[in-house]
Amino acid sequence: MTDIAIVAYAARQQAEVEENELEMIAPLIEQVRSETGLGPDDIDFTCSGSSDFLAGAAFSFVLTLDATRPVPPIVESHVEMDGAWALYEAWVKLQIGEAKTALVYGYGKSSPGSLRDVLATQLDPYTVAPLWPDAFGIAGLQARLMLDAGDVTERDLAEVAARSLADAADNPNAVRAGAHSIDELLAEPYLHDPLRAHDCPARADGGAAVILAADDVARRVCERPAWIRAIDHRMDVHHFGVRDPRRARSAELAAQAVGVTSDKVDVAELDAPFSHQEPLLVRALGLDAANTRINPSGGSLTGHVMMAAGLVRLGEAATRVHRGDADRAVAHATSGPWLQQNLVAVLEGD
Amino acid sequence: MTAPLDPVAPPITLPPSLRDVEPVQRVRTPFRLDYEVSAGRSMAAYLRAMKEKRILGERCPVTGQVFVPPRGVTPTSGLVTTELVELPDRGYVESFCVTRVPIPGRDDLQLPYVSAWIVLDGASVGFLGLVADIPPEEVRLGLRVQAVWRPDDELGETADNIKYWAPTGEPDVEITSYEYVGQPGEAP
Amino acid sequence: MADDTVLRGHVTLEYPFTRSTGPVVGAFLTGLREGVIVGIRRADGSVLVPPCEYDPETAEPLTEIVEVADTGVVTSWCWNGAPRERQPFTSPYAWALITLDGAATPMLHAVRVDSPAAMQTGMRVRAKWRAEREGHISDIECFVPEDAS
Repeated sequence: MTDIAIVAYAARQQAEVEENELEMIAPLIEQVRSETGLGPDDIDFTCSGSSDFLAGAAFSFVLTLDATRPVPPIVESHVEMDGAWALYEAWVKLQIGEAKTALVYGYGKSSPGSLRDVLATQLDPYTVAPLWPDAFGIAGLQARLMLDAGDVTERDLAEVAARSLADAADNPNAVRAGAHSIDELLAEPYLHDPLRAHDCPARADGGAAVILAADDVARRVCERPAWIRAIDHRMDVHHFGVRDPRRARSAELAAQAVGVTSDKVDVAELDAPFSHQEPLLVRALGLDAANTRINPSGGSLTGHVMMAAGLVRLGEAATRVHRGDADRAVAHATSGPWLQQNLVAVLEGD
Repeated sequence: MTAPLDPVAPPITLPPSLRDVEPVQRVRTPFRLDYEVSAGRSMAAYLRAMKEKRILGERCPVTGQVFVPPRGVTPTSGLVTTELVELPDRGYVESFCVTRVPIPGRDDLQLPYVSAWIVLDGASVGFLGLVADIPPEEVRLGLRVQAVWRPDDELGETADNIKYWAPTGEPDVEITSYEYVGQPGEAP
Repeated sequence: MADDTVLRGHVTLEYPFTRSTGPVVGAFLTGLREGVIVGIRRADGSVLVPPCEYDPETAEPLTEIVEVADTGVVTSWCWNGAPRERQPFTSPYAWALITLDGAATPMLHAVRVDSPAAMQTGMRVRAKWRAEREGHISDIECFVPEDAS
């Protein structure tokens, strides 16, 4: 296995971005280039993640390619997925020796459309989508099952939200932050019983850019590379009735494949857009919450960019390793209703 | 003649209530999503200039090439680009296609119509436009053309302000290369 | 002189989409048109609703379409207090996972009650059928409490 590391990361999350997607992502790409000194000629492979359904146009990702300096032609790929999966593809490219450096980015500008309705289009087109159930309603069904079964209490959910909002005060990219007591949060009305507003993702426009580098290149451009020791992703079945919404089997399998529990985890950045999904993921990944700092960035509850939230978790985890705040970190990304698809990575610093 | 393919899956069995009725084989699932998109800084400048019958491009800070419409980042640099350049509303046909079949929803297009790749004087890339006021069989590579604009009271923030491109009558441009890596702003 | 205000434009993405169903999804929709709900039997004898062509766990083709009741139990629910365009109703209602009598798996639909206070996991509901049906998931207008008039 080749040693591959995240050597640079830049992100932006903002309630509403006025520029177009290209103008939004270009400065982030320039930032990771300048941090590493790796210009367009030094990048062997480029991969991005985004969604046409957010942009309201087919092949919308082509609009942002200008930021990658595609003339003269570059080696490039795209996934209609969160940028975390673009990072996975880039990691594979580096693993098989076809590249030593990769530029990865993910972005989403959901403010022009109605994200909660856009997400209804990913549901079964014959039996579910024609009812246009919105993403918050779908998530609420999962939360109710967990509450009914005693997996969590409403107090537990408010604790996740309170901790996330407090931690987000240190994150310039957070769109929601602040100090709130549990009781304050529990006094808020339901948005979608049993979910309150703070239990739901803090929608934002924005994106993230990451540079991956192998071996000696990583050591040359980054003082303390965040080595990707293992990365894996799995997918649960599509049929709602067959899934157990109280578990994310795909997250469990991905976590086992990467060996999350084989050593201490200092920091875990988990992509839990809804508060009830954090304890679900903690259990699925086998994390010891008492000895692991969960979502020091504030997580998706305090800033959630569709198509980049997972890549942001990877970047935030890597940043803690870069800074020396963590020696071993876990990053997780999700996609689809009820945590249908999950990617898990273990990052380590020397 | 080949035998018909066997179905991959075995046939299904139905309960009594569905055995003697016409099976449903299709279902209507209409799809609609609405968006309020923002043009972005560079495209907004381009569209606003369009309303004044001005065409803007942007100059690459690395190669000096001029791209139109301006996107805010030039593909030859990957850098945020802010230098806007005004271009004339005249250029030449780099390629074209004569279409004789109608497009649904475009009853405004008179058949046959000529779509062409228009390169403005001073631009390093072309864009799609209609060529008219010339019989289709006379359209040729290198044909010099000029924009025909809508009347002033019909102008909006849209490239649709240019109804089509018409021949100027000047001698054709001699196209020697389709590479855009030549001298910036020069016709190849 | 330059106008710095954000320039916006409206875009509508709209497609008519008529989907072909195949025999299994077709059977489910035929059932709805006929006023019955069907599922499909798995190797262990349990019935999947709505039916699907291949067993999600074993990938074997499934073939036996089975009728289930149009009554069942709410296994989860979430209140939709601010319905959105294209959703079943303009006034608040609940989304629910409903396990019909005879089915092993729940299906998703709307339950129409006046307030969240009337919803409870475990409550029994029955399908309220539309008078005119065409073979569409909304042939079931919604589910209502089983003892509702």
